Amino acid sequence: MADIEADGRPATAQATIQAQPRRRHFWRDKGPAIAVAVGIILLWQAIVVGFSIPTYIAPSPIQVAQVFLEQGDVLWINFWPTLLEAAAGFLVGNTVAVVLAIWFVHSRLAERAFYPIAVFINTIPIIAVAPILVLILGNGYAPKIVIAALICFFPTLVNMVRGLKAVSPEMLELMRVLSASPREVLFKVRLQSSLPFLFAALKIASTTCVIGAIVGEWIGSNYGLGSLIIEATYNFRSPLLYATVVLGAGLAVAFFSLTSLVEKRVLTWKTQDVH
Amino acid sequence: MAEAAISVKNLAVRFASEAGAVTALEGVGFDVPEGGFITMLGPSGCGKSTLLRAIADLVEISEGAISVFGRTPEAARLARDFAFVFQDASLLPWRSAIDNVRLPLEVGGKAGVVDQHASPEDLLALVGLAGRERALPHELSGGMRQRVSIARALVTRPRVLLMDEPFGALDEINRDRLNEELLRIWAETGTTIMFVTHSVPEAAFLGQRVLVLSAHPGRVREYAKVDLTAERRLAMRETVEFIRITAHLRGLLEAA
Repeated sequence: MADIEADGRPATAQATIQAQPRRRHFWRDKGPAIAVAVGIILLWQAIVVGFSIPTYIAPSPIQVAQVFLEQGDVLWINFWPTLLEAAAGFLVGNTVAVVLAIWFVHSRLAERAFYPIAVFINTIPIIAVAPILVLILGNGYAPKIVIAALICFFPTLVNMVRGLKAVSPEMLELMRVLSASPREVLFKVRLQSSLPFLFAALKIASTTCVIGAIVGEWIGSNYGLGSLIIEATYNFRSPLLYATVVLGAGLAVAFFSLTSLVEKRVLTWKTQDVH
Repeated sequence: MAEAAISVKNLAVRFASEAGAVTALEGVGFDVPEGGFITMLGPSGCGKSTLLRAIADLVEISEGAISVFGRTPEAARLARDFAFVFQDASLLPWRSAIDNVRLPLEVGGKAGVVDQHASPEDLLALVGLAGRERALPHELSGGMRQRVSIARALVTRPRVLLMDEPFGALDEINRDRLNEELLRIWAETGTTIMFVTHSVPEAAFLGQRVLVLSAHPGRVREYAKVDLTAERRLAMRETVEFIRITAHLRGLLEAA
């Protein structure tokens, strides 16, 4: 059955685009960005050495790299708590957001009652809430996880509510003609339709949860990347400070990549925004 | 052919809007014989979609009555007496063609348990999509997607097929081809069909009768008989008889 499509393309064009080899495109796609990144690091090294900038003001990339080799143990000991808090916060914040979104979509009253409060919570600067949470929850993992969860929560809630509502009116009418229950509409239609929206939010959350964990560790903590940042700053251990920041960024990038990977695996049917 | 599949009596549908109550339909009455193919034609805003949706229990009736094989629209919906085809194919993009056709069998609780459902594979073959069972909607063209949605509507073996401008978004070549195929499917399944369109030739080509509605509020202008042989071919549309019918329908629309 050779059907003609509105824009004149054969219906199988999509398949041929996806089948093209990926490796050949790697350097063409990523090459420029990698070249710029390497260039910036070289320029940084040249400026620090060329202008004889003292190490405590700005260390050279080589000095930062040395920290990874010589003080690797300090970095790793503080890396794991931050990883744990960020991951736990990501899990808790997004789970609560998804559950609330499902509730909001099924109950106008719940949405009217709690959505404005969620908006209000979102307007409070997270750095301002951090000390309050530490006072209430003590100095363990709990306040950091809550802060990481709070920072993830709002974008996911907003996106998930939008995603669950992004079902076409005709699809909902079809389900009504089929006498489908709200539960069937949720599991057969709404949840899958919301996945592109959810993953957009999860990608934001995958980096902000690291920010949340680090901010939580700034307040009187004696472990974690956040506490290491504070300690290195006050002691003018700039190479260590820079190395910690690089490690924190690496953690966020790792979370982001993992989320993107899961998205690609799950959203195989979503092809509109493939580059 | 004696029993009425759908019987509409003195139907009125009113909507509450900011400007007060809007009357979409007023005093509408007609019968659709079992196994008939009825097309509905009218200017935009005449309420033809509303009428179809009222029969499908998607719109509340303000006055009068609708019966589908002697049942209220709600009872008919729960009994799976009718299926609905929308202008948009409304396929679930993550499901393959065959799984989209199976959807009606998976939902609706007790109503979803259909004793004598049609085979989804056979239906895809019936609409000319044999071999494309595993294709996802985005791999299919607009015409193919609408074929899948027709197969999905037929899977519960409905006694009535309600179609709301199903080919309105397709190009003319696809529309012509699907018109012919729909007539073939109608002949093979014996389903009663109500078909909304804004195309005069389409209404005349498909329908045994054309229900012409006037606008503001929607009333039955004429329930016109189409005097053509039961077997329709696209070439028929160039004949004098066909043009006489479409001219008559256009006249009714202008007066409406």
